[in-house]
Amino acid sequence: MEAVNCSCQQRFTPVDDLRPLEEIVEKYRGDRSALISIFHELHEAYGYLDEGIMEELAKRAGYQLSQLYGLATFYTQFRLEPVGEHLIKICHGTACHVRNAQGLIDEAQRTLGISPGQTSPDRKFTLETVNCVGTCALAPVVVVDGKYHGRMTPSKMQKLLKQYMEKGGTGGDED
Amino acid sequence: MKIDSPAALERYCEEVKARKARYPYRVSVCGGTGCQAFNCLEVYRALEESVEKNGLHDQVEIKLTGCHGFCEMGPLMYFQPQGHFYTKVDAADVDEIVKVTILEGGEVEKYLYKDPVSGEKVHVREEVPFYRKQVRLLMGLNHLIRPQVIDDYIALDGYKALAKVLFEMTPEQVIEAVEKAGLRGRGGAGFPTARKWRICRDAPSPDGVKYLICNADEGDPGAYMDRSLLEGNPHAVIEGMTIGAYAIGACEGYVYVRHEYPLALRNLLVALDQAREMNLLGKNIMGSGFDFDIKVAVGGGAFVCGEETALIASIEGKRGMPRPRPPYPAVKGLWDRPTNINNVETWENVPLIIRMGPEKFAEIGTENSKGTKIFSLVGNINNTGLVEVPMGITLREIIYDIGGGIPGGKAFKAVQTGGPSGGCIPAEHLDIQVDFESLQSIGSMMGSGGMIVMDENTCMVDIAKYFMKFLCEESCGKCVPCRVGTKRMLEILTKICDGEGTPEDLEALEVLAADIKAASLCALGGTAPNPVLTTLRYFRHEYEDHIYRKKCPAGVCPALIDIVIDQEKCNGCGACAKVCPVGAISGEKKSPHSVDPETCIRCKVCLDRCPKEAIYAV
Ligand SMILES: Cc1cc2nc3c(=O)[nH]c(=O)nc-3n(C[C@H](O)[C@H](O)[C@H](O)COP(=O)(O)O)c2cc1C
Ligand code: SF4
Ligand code: FES
Repeated sequence: MEAVNCSCQQRFTPVDDLRPLEEIVEKYRGDRSALISIFHELHEAYGYLDEGIMEELAKRAGYQLSQLYGLATFYTQFRLEPVGEHLIKICHGTACHVRNAQGLIDEAQRTLGISPGQTSPDRKFTLETVNCVGTCALAPVVVVDGKYHGRMTPSKMQKLLKQYMEKGGTGGDED
Repeated sequence: MKIDSPAALERYCEEVKARKARYPYRVSVCGGTGCQAFNCLEVYRALEESVEKNGLHDQVEIKLTGCHGFCEMGPLMYFQPQGHFYTKVDAADVDEIVKVTILEGGEVEKYLYKDPVSGEKVHVREEVPFYRKQVRLLMGLNHLIRPQVIDDYIALDGYKALAKVLFEMTPEQVIEAVEKAGLRGRGGAGFPTARKWRICRDAPSPDGVKYLICNADEGDPGAYMDRSLLEGNPHAVIEGMTIGAYAIGACEGYVYVRHEYPLALRNLLVALDQAREMNLLGKNIMGSGFDFDIKVAVGGGAFVCGEETALIASIEGKRGMPRPRPPYPAVKGLWDRPTNINNVETWENVPLIIRMGPEKFAEIGTENSKGTKIFSLVGNINNTGLVEVPMGITLREIIYDIGGGIPGGKAFKAVQTGGPSGGCIPAEHLDIQVDFESLQSIGSMMGSGGMIVMDENTCMVDIAKYFMKFLCEESCGKCVPCRVGTKRMLEILTKICDGEGTPEDLEALEVLAADIKAASLCALGGTAPNPVLTTLRYFRHEYEDHIYRKKCPAGVCPALIDIVIDQEKCNGCGACAKVCPVGAISGEKKSPHSVDPETCIRCKVCLDRCPKEAIYAV
């Protein structure tokens, strides 16, 4: 089987390059049910659903802009803003919750000064909470740029974040 | 290779089996998402190298497979025919392990599982307590299958159930078999599968088109059994769906996969291509004249899309909002055609029933709940993992015999089943049988398989608040009782946790709960109050402690606890003072420290820094 860890450093197409958009629109032309798939592909190409891209999509594929935003905001999967340099996902599934994931979220909020769903003004960090990442044996779990950090505690979280803040480093040890 | 008849499948299967029989040994490494977080891919790479280096490639069949279930102990290696089962394997030792186990015929003591009760090493996997009481009809295939290799599935008699159905059974006979087996849906409500199929089969369609859907949305935020099935054995889902399609008369199927499951998605797409290439899916399957194909739809991350009518709206490219039923999807579903929806685990049971025979299947389980159920056993439990048990087993057996009990010598407080729609079950009900009706009778439900164990340090009001917050965020907002009601309940629960609860709040919660249950459009709202109601029923004293004594007895809710340092135990090392973000801890070096309750923000960062375990939340 292949690795599941996504690499968040993946290069995205800049949003002023409309070629991926054109290809995606062509691919799904005539398929009225394809909007969610189109969003997934745009997301993969650009990293998020950019305002300009959405406007172009509405124009080229004949949608109302409000319809696009209605759908994009209904599904939590879609981002309307690019992510920061480091993406910090804190699992807030039930297993992680009973092992104090809330303490980790509070700690991250305190240290980074941003709430879940936000990106720091210097675009260095994006903080997100997610539901069960499937590694409950390691609960509570934090995934930074695709790397899993298990059995976290607030103090380990503090240390981990400081490492990233100071060196822009690659994160601490696994335990 | 195209399979154009049951005989061709039989021949091909024998061929694959003969090819495999040439290897005297087989080593399987778990490659599930859980083990990948423990670097199992390095272990597998080391295994490949070692086999090559020791010239064993024609002796040992090596596999990186789907989830073996025992996620707590990964990375896992399983040697056959020896039966040795190595846990927490370090990639650096793999070469040594291969040499000792295969070349010398010995075992590597260090990596054998140690029974925490007897303290003894367990030599073969079947004797490991975690596996001993399980009946792994579905999960048990995972360690034999490389998900992207169809031959591995065919070697296990894969697709033979489909051949039998297509060439020896009528659609009605298939439905009867599923009925006789007593299969009930594994997605939550336990609806009899055969009854649903029959309604859909009998429903008229304007153009004869009917659809099937496999619900792989798995929205319960603490469960991952459907993912492990789809990830580890995608062909079983494809075979099950194709059998169902023949029984119902459907021409097209969809698998609705959660977007967060990239590995499951990839394995499924590969499996679909392979099945099509071999004529096991698509036009004229195995030369039977029956056509059926499967498409994949990827979700967008909305819990409500697990609800069948919302799921259908989402496949149609709309916002995933439920609509009133009837008409049920079995009559009017996707694109207004009759549509049958089943859960991943339900579909995987279908080929099994045909293969083992409905009578044999029905021997497992209880009067009204047949077969096995997979649970994701997580939380404050020693053996975290996926467990497959016969229906009718008790909660105590699952938690203590299989799960190994509560870690750190702490006391058991509750077990939560049924996810956000379910309830918290206290110790007094631990001997209840796990089946659809029994769990419902105590205010919880089977659900899709989440089983979260909670110890004495879990606050039940906080848990109720956690689920309510989840549901409030996930409510699609279409109907008022759910949209506004969950919000009001969340406000009250938050107030109680913040120490501002009043005696009237409990009554208000109960009134709101009854209203939301009665008036919500879909089961998200209809079951949303369950976590609150069960905690009120079994743990009311904890709510009362929060309201009257202004204390959180479990030491969780920040507004109702204090952080204190045990003056006897503290040796004044100062580690806590260094990490405290607000400088609330003070004391002379080498003499006991103390916390200023005015400054302290109860973040607990100091707790795990203390080498003496002298800091408590009270
Ligand atoms: C809010 C909500 C979420 C649901 N989530 C799921 C889910 O994640 N997976 C699932 O199989 N069924 C889920 N269900 C149940 C489905 O609506 C449906 O009953 C089920 O897929 C039917 O399959 P079964 O008969 O095989 O159980 C959910 C229901 C509701 C109301
Ligand atoms: S009960 Fe809740 S989730 Fe269901 S339709 Fe109403 S608002 Fe939407
Ligand atoms: S709940 Fe966090 S990994 Fe499962």
